[in-house]
Amino acid sequence: MGFSENPAEFVESRRSLKSYGDILFHWLTVFLLVFFAVVMITPFIWLFSSSLKTQINIFQYPPQLIPDPVMPENFVRAMTYKPFGIYFRNTILVAGLNVIAVVFTSSFCAYGFARMRFPGRDFWFGIVMATLFLPYAVLLVPSFIVFSRLGWIDTFLPLVVPPFFGGGAFNIFLMRQFFRTIPEEIADAARIDGCSEFGVYWRIMLPLSKPALITIGIFTFLFAWNDLIGPLTYLRSTENFTIAVGIASFRSQTDISWDLQLAASTAVTLPVIALFFLAQRYFIQGVVMTGLKG
Amino acid sequence: MLLNFSVGKATMAALPSDQNIGQGFWLTRQYNRLSLKQRRTLVGYVFILPFILGFLFWWLGPALVAGHLTMHKWNFLSAPRFVGLFNFNKMLNDPILAQSLRITVIFSAISVPLGLVFAFFLANLINAKFRFIAIFRTIYFLPSIVPAVANAILWAWLFNTEFGLINYVIRSFGGPKIGWLQDPNWVMLAFVILTIWGVGGSMIIFLAGLQGIPQIFFEAAEIDGAGRWQRLRHVTLPMMSPIIFFNLVIGFISSFQVFVSALLITDGGPQRATLFLVLYIWRSAFESQKMGYAAVLSWLLFAILMVLSFIVFRYIGSRVYYENPGE
Repeated sequence: MGFSENPAEFVESRRSLKSYGDILFHWLTVFLLVFFAVVMITPFIWLFSSSLKTQINIFQYPPQLIPDPVMPENFVRAMTYKPFGIYFRNTILVAGLNVIAVVFTSSFCAYGFARMRFPGRDFWFGIVMATLFLPYAVLLVPSFIVFSRLGWIDTFLPLVVPPFFGGGAFNIFLMRQFFRTIPEEIADAARIDGCSEFGVYWRIMLPLSKPALITIGIFTFLFAWNDLIGPLTYLRSTENFTIAVGIASFRSQTDISWDLQLAASTAVTLPVIALFFLAQRYFIQGVVMTGLKG
Repeated sequence: MLLNFSVGKATMAALPSDQNIGQGFWLTRQYNRLSLKQRRTLVGYVFILPFILGFLFWWLGPALVAGHLTMHKWNFLSAPRFVGLFNFNKMLNDPILAQSLRITVIFSAISVPLGLVFAFFLANLINAKFRFIAIFRTIYFLPSIVPAVANAILWAWLFNTEFGLINYVIRSFGGPKIGWLQDPNWVMLAFVILTIWGVGGSMIIFLAGLQGIPQIFFEAAEIDGAGRWQRLRHVTLPMMSPIIFFNLVIGFISSFQVFVSALLITDGGPQRATLFLVLYIWRSAFESQKMGYAAVLSWLLFAILMVLSFIVFRYIGSRVYYENPGE
């Protein structure tokens, strides 16, 4: 092997010569990858297998890994134990309104932060970032006080109205990052043709931002689907419950056995996993966009 | 078009001439009188108006109302009654609050560094180039999107003393039967484990960071004779420091907010060993109906997080290396 003038070529040629250390490192990586994959996925398998067991087989030591007999009727029993049809409708209603609110208002605000130049913009963007780092828990009690004064307790209003005001700092930030990657020349061309700033936002930026909009839409739906604290705080009567609150109420009732709790947990998790597989690309994109390019 | 809110550079030529002013609707006339800079400001504020209103209604407003309520006793039923500094006095002499703060800080101090190291380690693993690496990335990420309720029930079952899988594995290796959720000494570790299982989010952020490091730095280091460890120490870590810092801040904030798992798995027990601060606030407000005291505790949580953030930014943020400052 002759000495190469080009350093990159030199390194490349060195690479092809695998030392024992490299081979060892390779197999160590493979081993660790598989080991942690097993560790991470076992709880899911355990949840799924337990949810298909009979009451008696759940309380068995040593535990069965593969249920025998298989009890798919656990799901039916869990889902009919409480009016999950109504809970499902409520959840979809709340989540759907959240998605609409977030997709439109966060992109609207983000356009102002990304593309307009005016005094006070950076100050307000500083506030956006501050609310990003300020946790919901701090506001839990204060917002409850305000919503109870407004008479909104036991309605969906506390869950669906606030997202229409900017759609959350996280989403504004994400959309702003995305808008900044779109060339300004496209917008200028539209302006020369007589397009107003709102027209640029509506006709140019929104259609070009579909991937980012889908990303925040999916995140918002997932957040609303998974959220327990909001519905638990504001919803009181059972006919207003979301799925998460319905399942959480299983825990406080001691007569509901493990097989039903586990079946309900599986049932609420499976759509999330399905959504993840359908939209994997957008998930990763979304996380990447928020984490990078400060 | 009735209102043409044009403000871009391109509209310079299309500014209204003098005879246009005074025509059309009142609003149009007022708008036409504005200078280009004023128009830009106006339209800019129209765009960010939803956020500003939201901030006033759902952040500043509640914060001020809660501030007002700190001086009152209120149980929803009767009107708030002014009690002066009673709630603050109570806060300083509340042994349950002291316990709650103690375990929250301990949990944060253990789970944040461990979670950070584990997420960084996993990100390095899934940054390898293998044929099926996408499957591993998916598996490592999945736990972080499990609904909080399902997560709580799942872990309550895994940690079950008699029939849980974790004790089964430990016992089949000859270990003791551990009362994960009954023993105050073990329950903290149980919460750390279930938190670390869900590090997928910060792992993906780390992965994105790793993939953003220009390959040429590693090649240069390799030519200079740097081994694997030295490349990690002198290339990867400095290049990743902004992202490590970001994940650290996010980790600290979320570690102070453990709530759903504590509520559903242990309900604060055993012997208040998992009565995390947010759960205590929740109980004060919605179980004991002491809204004034809960408002004081909310402000306390806010103050703690502000001080923590300040310390983190002041002492760790200054050591972060930025490749392109100002970007």
